[in-house]
Amino acid sequence: MNTVRIDARGMHYSLLNTAIRKAVASGVREIIVDNVMGQRFIADGLKGDATLTIHGVPGGDLGMFMSGPTCIVHGNCDHAPGNTMDNGKIIIHGSAGDAVAHSMRGGKVFVRDNVGYRAGIHMKQYMEKRPVLVIGGSYRAFLGEYMAGGLILSLGDPAVHPHTERGIGSGIHGGKIVIRGNIDEYYLGVGARTFTLSNEGMDEIIPLIEEYAGYFGIDPDPLIHESYTQVTPSSSRPFASKYTWE
Amino acid sequence: MTIGSVPVKFRITVDPDQCMLCGRCAENCPYDVFRIENNRMHVNSRKCVACHRCIAMCPRDAINIKERPVDYRSHPVWTTEIREAIYNQARTGKIILAGMGNAQPYPVIFDSLVLDACQVTNPSIDPLREPMELRTYLGKKPSRLEIKEDSDGVDVLTTLAPNLKLETPIMIGHMSYGAISLNAQQSIARAVSDMGTYMGTGEGGLHQSLYPYQSHMIVQVASGRFGVDINYLERGAAIEIKIGQGAKPGIGGHLPGEKVCEDVSCTRMIPVGSDAISPAPHHDIYSIEDLKQLVRSLKEATEWKKPVFVKIAAVHNAAAIAAGIARSSADVVVIDGFRGGTGAAPKVFRDHVGIPIEAAIASVDAKLRAQGIRNQVSLIASGGIRESADVAKVIALGADAVYIGTAALVAMGCRVCGTCYRGLCPWGIATQRPDLVARLDPEVASKNVANLIHAWTLELSELMGAAGINSIGSLRGNRDRLRGYLLDESMMNVLDVKSVGA
Repeated sequence: MNTVRIDARGMHYSLLNTAIRKAVASGVREIIVDNVMGQRFIADGLKGDATLTIHGVPGGDLGMFMSGPTCIVHGNCDHAPGNTMDNGKIIIHGSAGDAVAHSMRGGKVFVRDNVGYRAGIHMKQYMEKRPVLVIGGSYRAFLGEYMAGGLILSLGDPAVHPHTERGIGSGIHGGKIVIRGNIDEYYLGVGARTFTLSNEGMDEIIPLIEEYAGYFGIDPDPLIHESYTQVTPSSSRPFASKYTWE
Repeated sequence: MTIGSVPVKFRITVDPDQCMLCGRCAENCPYDVFRIENNRMHVNSRKCVACHRCIAMCPRDAINIKERPVDYRSHPVWTTEIREAIYNQARTGKIILAGMGNAQPYPVIFDSLVLDACQVTNPSIDPLREPMELRTYLGKKPSRLEIKEDSDGVDVLTTLAPNLKLETPIMIGHMSYGAISLNAQQSIARAVSDMGTYMGTGEGGLHQSLYPYQSHMIVQVASGRFGVDINYLERGAAIEIKIGQGAKPGIGGHLPGEKVCEDVSCTRMIPVGSDAISPAPHHDIYSIEDLKQLVRSLKEATEWKKPVFVKIAAVHNAAAIAAGIARSSADVVVIDGFRGGTGAAPKVFRDHVGIPIEAAIASVDAKLRAQGIRNQVSLIASGGIRESADVAKVIALGADAVYIGTAALVAMGCRVCGTCYRGLCPWGIATQRPDLVARLDPEVASKNVANLIHAWTLELSELMGAAGINSIGSLRGNRDRLRGYLLDESMMNVLDVKSVGA
């Protein structure tokens, strides 16, 4: 049996996760979860390479600590999908709340529409683990705050979603944020600076644009031909000169 | 030269009649105080931090260190420390970074509390002959037990929450790999495994070489989430969410890039040489409700098999905060008093923010009992536990167990010089420099730490026996066994203890 269907209507998150874990342990590769309505922690700490297709609106911390599986959400997500996620993918056909991909250390999160405040906060990278967050619509303030590694790619059309949220990359000391169009310096956070994305930088994001377009059934070409701004840290040691010894 | 040179903090003298120019002091001093030239010993006292490594290694007792050899004009308000801090900040314009715990001469409440002993009416117990129950279980206790009794025996029907079993109520608190060396962590890990107790990993991940001791380790999740993945969570015997720390309540921490070597980088899962910044708040906790969510996310990730601890710094409203935590599904609340140590903290925080553990634990215990939820959590007292008497007193004030930190480091040689933030610890404890780390032999140091825990445990059972108590559970919150010695009335009300003679 390679596919399992779980009806989550009225089900507590713990029982739902138990059912998901049991299915994964028995070798099921495709799990379809219907009627999700606010259950938190779906796929929390889940390992393996199963694919969860979620119909409905998951509660907070979808895929927290997850290491390997893919979650495809047909609906919006509450806050912090991908929180401290280790590996795997979250693909959201809709919008997500605050702190999306918080402290994510590996894998990819794709949000078709909008994200809330502090998306990609404290994402970090190590060796081959380099997390990626792709946002199709708008973001709110403090995008990539405290960012220590990884990549945030914001594809939203500035004509539709003008860049008017403050604190982009506030406290960033690693990784980078790539944003479609131009960013007024006024909206940058402390420790962030901007460049026009180089050709090499463009080469890096093209596969991600194609992947994003593939998931959501849109044409990648117009996005590939847009211009992008890169936000990076002005220092990898923001606190280096703050202290004197006793 | 507006300010000029300030006097040396320590004056080193080497007795030429004793010194045989063996050079061990020079070899051992990472601060470059000693130099032998033309058959003469030269010292640069200004570089000395009084770590005593040279004194410990000198075969002839030739070295002497004198603190504050130069007098300022004495003044009760403008003390030497105050004046020198101003010179420092006038020069640099920076925040003063300090190490170890609170260095202000606040009175120690423990030292104004005395313990009880039996005379005549209630005989004392000799722990040599009688069993003393020091075993402590940390975690939720059910408010009532449903049992079924039949001919086969008794079945407990109530679902019990996971608890940690400690053979002694003395645990070792969270000191991360990064803040301390791997050899120091290994020494502590062996000691707690041998003694049947637990240690914390700190927010530095879990190095592979510690996996054999993982069943005695509490893994920490702090705001930087360093080293945290599902395998790390699954390895720990329990998981601790660090909200705050007694040495620096309200602020985060950061491990400077210089200390992020290859191995530290690997356990923290960050690139070599990058700053590891733990922000002040967790990015997903802005309320008690959010905390509950993080607690439950950790339980859910580990299938509700492990107790979850929440550590807060002892601050003014610790009791109300702890009551909130007790309702968050957490199993254990750790209260870290303002004397708690640290590798590095802004001096102004270390010395001025937070409250003492004695008052904090008493008020937390009282609040939880008043609300009828004391059984929902165990309490760990931490920050400034210096000796077994402190352990007995803080348990009598309501704690279930203690975390020690500095005391365990002192057991490995630390002289409390408070210069941990330089990363040059000559004892191989608070450093990552390989030649210095190699000075600490886990084989020996683990025995020293185990000896300390063993000795304190013996003293604790003697103290209990003298008080006619044969189970640690009967000491817990037993304030009748304490009296306040020249404490003011308001403090005795907070502690809920009577005065000596009353």
